[in-house]
Amino acid sequence: MNDRRLETIIGRLLQIGVLIAATTVLAGGILYLIQIPSGHVNYRSFAPGNTALNSLPGIVLSASHFESLGLIQLGLLLLIATPVARVAMAVAGFALERDRLYTVVSLIVLLVLAFSLIHAG
Amino acid sequence: MTAWEFTAVVWGLSFLAGFLGALTGLGGGVVVVPALTLALGVNIKYAIGASLVSVIATSSGAAAAYVREGFSNIRIGMFLEIATTIGAILGAILAGHIGTHALAIIFGLVLIQAAYHSFKGTPEGDRPIESDSLGRRLRMGSSYPVDGKPQEYGVRNVPAGFGLMFGAGTLSGLLGIGSGAVKVIAMDRIMRIPFKVSTTTSNFMIGVTAAASAGIYLSRGFIDPRVAMPVMLGVLAGALLGAKILVHARVRTLRAVFAFVVLALAIEMIVNGISGKV
Repeated sequence: MNDRRLETIIGRLLQIGVLIAATTVLAGGILYLIQIPSGHVNYRSFAPGNTALNSLPGIVLSASHFESLGLIQLGLLLLIATPVARVAMAVAGFALERDRLYTVVSLIVLLVLAFSLIHAG
Repeated sequence: MTAWEFTAVVWGLSFLAGFLGALTGLGGGVVVVPALTLALGVNIKYAIGASLVSVIATSSGAAAAYVREGFSNIRIGMFLEIATTIGAILGAILAGHIGTHALAIIFGLVLIQAAYHSFKGTPEGDRPIESDSLGRRLRMGSSYPVDGKPQEYGVRNVPAGFGLMFGAGTLSGLLGIGSGAVKVIAMDRIMRIPFKVSTTTSNFMIGVTAAASAGIYLSRGFIDPRVAMPVMLGVLAGALLGAKILVHARVRTLRAVFAFVVLALAIEMIVNGISGKV
């Protein structure tokens, strides 16, 4: 296992992740567009009203009921997870290479990401 | 505007932004945010949230292609991501406390810097083959293909590059952009890493940096599914097409035109921010 091979595998997995995420967002988007009433939309003022869609449990619950906006948010969460998975795979890859310095470096990045996501959720 | 019209127009604008962003290397975010706020009157916080998500999509989506060419350096990228992710968290927290007018003005100033960077181009110049002592200890030096043959390169000034990367992360978290231009300056100009290696490693880093602020954006309500959906799908499709035809395109003229557009958007963002219209 060298750096180049490791990166190629990671790159492929990232692409698959993006594809799955985009498909989920597209499915939610189609559902949204065929369900909405013919009203007008306006996003001029910032009002984070629907707080159920701002947290992981709320999104999973909404998506499990096949609600359109919940599905879109689930797809976006999957997308946010792709770089996190990338760092996690780098931790494993460097550990396999017995590269202690860069195992620690990528572990620090993973911890910062985990802190941000947990702190936010 | 009905939801159908809004979705279609936003998708189209985002596709164009992603396409031009990939061709010029400036990224889609710098055009998506002004387009949404100036042309469609979308609140800048929703625009920033949608842009951040699309930044992750293009970074992860293009990763495999860049790796195949053998330019990106995962060690340099990972080490500097310590700085960009911590900066991104700081930026995302700041974005929650800064008013929309001030955000628009800051965004405009960053756009001017991006346009300037694009106009000026990138001189290749002499590159050190030897790393300095810290670069050596961190084992950052590597090689990349030049005309089919591996060319060695060294890495210098790691602390200064690390510091600027913290700033790049903060901007990314504050404005929902990839801030690839600042990342490339840190690697190319300060750490003396070859330009090709800098740009591809920067692309790899952008997604991880954006992920660090995405959780905070989500919990603050910046990511509205009805806005983010067409932006993410449009930018991704445009960026993938842009990367495909990049090889055949005459980029220099395009870069100049794009830089001019970015400059015009920058001025409009600042004027609207000061007059309180955004």
